[in-house]
Amino acid sequence: MADKVIYAMYDDDHVLKDGAKKLVSKGVKVSEVFSPFPIHGIDPIIGVKNTRLGIMAFLYGLTGLTLATIGMRYFMVQDWPMNIGGKPNFTYMDNILAFIPISFEFTVLCAAHGMAITYFLRNKTLPGMPAQNPDPRTTDDRFVMELRTSENSQFSAEELEAMLKETGIVELDQKDVA
Amino acid sequence: MHKEAAIREPLILGHKTYHDITEDVCRPIEDKAPRMWYILFGIALIIGLYGVGCILYLLGTGVGVWGLNKTVGWAWDITNFVWWVGIGHAGTLISAVLLLFRQKWRMAINRSAEAMTIFAVFMAGLFPLIHMGRLWLGYWVLPLPNHFGSLWVNFNSPLLWDVFAISTYLSVSLVFWYIGLIPDFATIRDRAKKPISKKMYSIMSFGWSGRAKHWNRFELVSLVLAGLATPLVFSVHSIVSFDFATSVIPGWHTTIFPPYFVAGAVFSGFAMVQTLLLVMRKAMNLEAYIHTKHVEYMNIVIMVTGSIVGTAYITELFISWYSGVEYEAYAFINRATGPYWWAYWAMMTCNVVSPQLMWFKKLRRSLLFTFIISIVVNIGMWFERYVIIVTSLHRDYLPSSWSMHYPSHIDLGVYVGTIGLFFVFFLLFARYFPVLALNELKTILKSSGESYKNAPDDHHDEPLAPAVKVVEAPKADATDVATEDVEAKNDTNDNNE
Repeated sequence: MADKVIYAMYDDDHVLKDGAKKLVSKGVKVSEVFSPFPIHGIDPIIGVKNTRLGIMAFLYGLTGLTLATIGMRYFMVQDWPMNIGGKPNFTYMDNILAFIPISFEFTVLCAAHGMAITYFLRNKTLPGMPAQNPDPRTTDDRFVMELRTSENSQFSAEELEAMLKETGIVELDQKDVA
Repeated sequence: MHKEAAIREPLILGHKTYHDITEDVCRPIEDKAPRMWYILFGIALIIGLYGVGCILYLLGTGVGVWGLNKTVGWAWDITNFVWWVGIGHAGTLISAVLLLFRQKWRMAINRSAEAMTIFAVFMAGLFPLIHMGRLWLGYWVLPLPNHFGSLWVNFNSPLLWDVFAISTYLSVSLVFWYIGLIPDFATIRDRAKKPISKKMYSIMSFGWSGRAKHWNRFELVSLVLAGLATPLVFSVHSIVSFDFATSVIPGWHTTIFPPYFVAGAVFSGFAMVQTLLLVMRKAMNLEAYIHTKHVEYMNIVIMVTGSIVGTAYITELFISWYSGVEYEAYAFINRATGPYWWAYWAMMTCNVVSPQLMWFKKLRRSLLFTFIISIVVNIGMWFERYVIIVTSLHRDYLPSSWSMHYPSHIDLGVYVGTIGLFFVFFLLFARYFPVLALNELKTILKSSGESYKNAPDDHHDEPLAPAVKVVEAPKADATDVATEDVEAKNDTNDNNE
């Protein structure tokens, strides 16, 4: 079955948010929202789950801390114990204070970069990727809501458009997708 | 949306719409550069190239071309390093710490402050590298398997901690800055008309499309990076201060160094931000976004950190006497009354006296005064490092090895050259990058923009068409969205409100 994508354009974030609320309460599925800046509070309305990148950052940080600890223990205690100013260096614990700064820095390094790389991969935003916003104005001052007929089988395209028109849109556009 | 107190000064002046913000920030990038830009760029480039020449001469001849001697083995190189790292502290402080504190005024300045940070840390990183003498062996500071010889790098040494701290700081700041830039590059991409600039901004914007899920991730990533960068900022300059504090030289061996250096870094960093932004806002017509209130806020930060620095100087003096350690006491008496007295008193005047003038509201809201003080502070902070480093070294334990430090013209050339290079980078940034965080400014337009702030009461007589229309209609509903489950579930999404 051919899928129709309907793009409803708004010129205000709050109008779009209220429109989305109304549509969702009627049982319409909003498949995507494109906006020039984050619209606060839109995610639960259109059913976007909160990201779990924060958990990933924690895990990357933990990895960094572990690597730093294992590394410094190996370099400074096991492989070549360095005698610095005659201070004891027979165990990791003897020298732990000197290892704290690098442990911290390496934790931050791994957490930040691990999270950033995951973020780029999950968003599929990488150098040279094509832009996918339906209208160039959505990065300026327009907000676009995307509905798909395949996800709203209980409504016809006309019904969806009629409902959209009640929500204060400024432009309406549709596209057939194979 | 949270309502702001009506008496609080708006952060965006005039009757701006979302589109106006895009226009105001993108126009300088899309238009031809003004003649002044070329003149400044040319001057900066010549100075920068002279610096590069001096560095090449240094590398070809050896570190002996600096004015160092047996007693003063560390002088301008480390002074400049610490000075640049210090300047590099404001950007991340503004974008990370102020993000955690939900300070909306940071949004007008964070982009350029962070660019400044990155360029300043580039300049800082140059000094330890060229000080190695053999630049091409710089990778020896990394913990590489030891087929070069016999030892690993020394993980007990603050100099190695510095390697980790500076590289982490630089790369994390760069990533933080770039992630914020991506949506703004997308805005420029979608407006670009010329094929080359369209292509370039298209590559740089990574295909950003502004999907709801992407914004959700964007906000969380910004928040977590801010959370990571905040302790990082403090750790970096603490570690820089360990280079001195863990030594046994009187005048360096003090436990007060880490907090004192961090405060000094923020102090000088904000001063540099003021110097740059006061010119930039004028040159690029951004007075509506960076105005007196922003300058005042920054001056308050300068005043507070300047007072912390002043307290630290006086504490140091007191402790040098109170500790009863003769060498320590002498180091400080020598600073204030010895042959480098002029450097010490320049530092005291610039860093302790000048920020206190900011207590006067008239002065801290005066742009000209701020500009002058910002330069005075940066001169003072350079002298601070020079005083700490050179005056502590030049009178050794043995009077027979006492000496003075006279900079050579290569010292001078390298230092001035880094200032030139810094401005080359900053001017290129101002020419090709969005200097204000577009997408972030748009999120505060309705809560802190002048034409929205006191709506709907104040706007009746104003001929402001689209801006007011859009805010009125959703007003009633917007509040009940806020009071329902939406906000509670979505804590992380609130970080700009």
